[in-house]
Amino acid sequence: MSGRQIMTADEIRRATVRISHEIVEKQVGTAGLTLVGIQRRGVPLARRIAAAIADNEGAAIPVGALDITFYRDDLSLIAQQPVVKGTDLPFDLNGATVVLVDDVLYTGRTIRAAMDALVDFGRPQAIRLAVLVDRGHRELPIRADHVGKNVPTSREEVVRVQLEEIDGEDAVLIDRATAAVAAPVG
Amino acid sequence: MTVADREREDGAATIAVPIVDSPPHEQPVAWRHRHVLDVDVLTWADIELVMRTTDAMREVLARPIAKVPALRGRNVTILFYEASTRTRVSFEVAAKNLSADVVNIAAATSSVTKGESLVDTVRTVEALGAQMLVIRHAVSGAPHLAAETFSGSVINGGDGWHAHPTQALLDLYTLRSRLPGGPGASLEGRKIAILGDVLHSRVARSNIWALTAAGADLWLCGPATLLRGFDAWGVRGAADGRRFHVTTSVAEALRDADAVMALRIQKERMAAGLLPSLREYAARYGLTRERLALARPDAVVLHPGPMNEGVEIAPDVAAGTQSLIEEQVRNGVAVRMALLYLLAGVRPA
Repeated sequence: MSGRQIMTADEIRRATVRISHEIVEKQVGTAGLTLVGIQRRGVPLARRIAAAIADNEGAAIPVGALDITFYRDDLSLIAQQPVVKGTDLPFDLNGATVVLVDDVLYTGRTIRAAMDALVDFGRPQAIRLAVLVDRGHRELPIRADHVGKNVPTSREEVVRVQLEEIDGEDAVLIDRATAAVAAPVG
Repeated sequence: MTVADREREDGAATIAVPIVDSPPHEQPVAWRHRHVLDVDVLTWADIELVMRTTDAMREVLARPIAKVPALRGRNVTILFYEASTRTRVSFEVAAKNLSADVVNIAAATSSVTKGESLVDTVRTVEALGAQMLVIRHAVSGAPHLAAETFSGSVINGGDGWHAHPTQALLDLYTLRSRLPGGPGASLEGRKIAILGDVLHSRVARSNIWALTAAGADLWLCGPATLLRGFDAWGVRGAADGRRFHVTTSVAEALRDADAVMALRIQKERMAAGLLPSLREYAARYGLTRERLALARPDAVVLHPGPMNEGVEIAPDVAAGTQSLIEEQVRNGVAVRMALLYLLAGVRPA
């Protein structure tokens, strides 16, 4: 595995549990709380946070999955259309507090797209944002409410989150972008 | 022409531009086709990608606001030289659901002949801003001619007797979603009968490609006058390892079938001496409840529409519990959204 490791499996677990406490603390309980993971790695992260809240509070929080592909602002700039992975929001968003969950916060464009997508499903009482890694370089006025780890990066670097559900193991790695593009991981 | 475009033309691997916020190990799947003119040029991987993208579009259609901004600012021009309700409206709804700007042109058949005038029309709509062109024409090959002139993407909405690729893809999607093992069921070894006027049917021709590519055991059935020439297809199909049979016997075609697709009988075929009368056709080849009973009890019924109820299909079969005809219409919008979305990622020539 290429790249320098910046979070271990244990660190990811502790960050996820801490975020779950922060979310409940900010909401002052679990009433009206919902979690929406952004495809792809935000979805297992949202499920883990929901599981942690269930452990701590004994409350089952609804979890949804959001694919923001159709809302991207760069669809006309990229060479080929991204694969659509599917949206599944099996609960009413009207009046709910929606915590968006994603793996990496970078330019903020994904979150802008996610908020546009969410409001097409209803009018949440509030939208909040939880991310495992905030790597800076925002291009939009967006910030996260809950952050696992702040990682100063350069734009030439790529932050890669690996989760057991998708990648077989938990780790956060940092790569030089040029090397990563030359050798895509299958 | 950029290097990337040339590589795409050559069928060589294209290198995707790195996407903001998206890790490099999630490379987009390659969709290499600038046009959708028929099913025969699509690989099975292409068809699978269309099916998967259609799943996502079905989910969009189920939303409270069934509209996404994926094609915002794109001009989709729908140029139909032949009568149509469902296909034209289906393309229009599909494009609007993706937030494209839609221009509708219904040209009267009489004002159009092959060659120059079609090319001129295509040049004109392009000058007016068309970026994607959906074309239906009575002349086989007309969309191919348009594609030579047009710098954007062309989708064939039906040309002559030749091809109707979006219908075949929506039929494939509908069958996969409803046959046992679905959604996404394999058609491998499933017996599917296409019943009726195969000779004049672009729907049948595109479906032959799509369904045999999916591994189905395909049976074409109709009066001998409406099956002329298809024996040769059968021989060639068998040589390619495709399961493909031609018969005039309804009983043989329908026995234990998993799906039956009835095709429209056009009244002008009688004038040409190919059919003695509609009544005789209905009596011998119409899809009635009795004939459908030859198929498996859970067999599904399709019809590309518009229907002549009481001729090629009995009203109680068309409206029966085994009928997927309305489902075909719903899936048609989703399949066309999927194709418009995939084509929108391809650079103009």
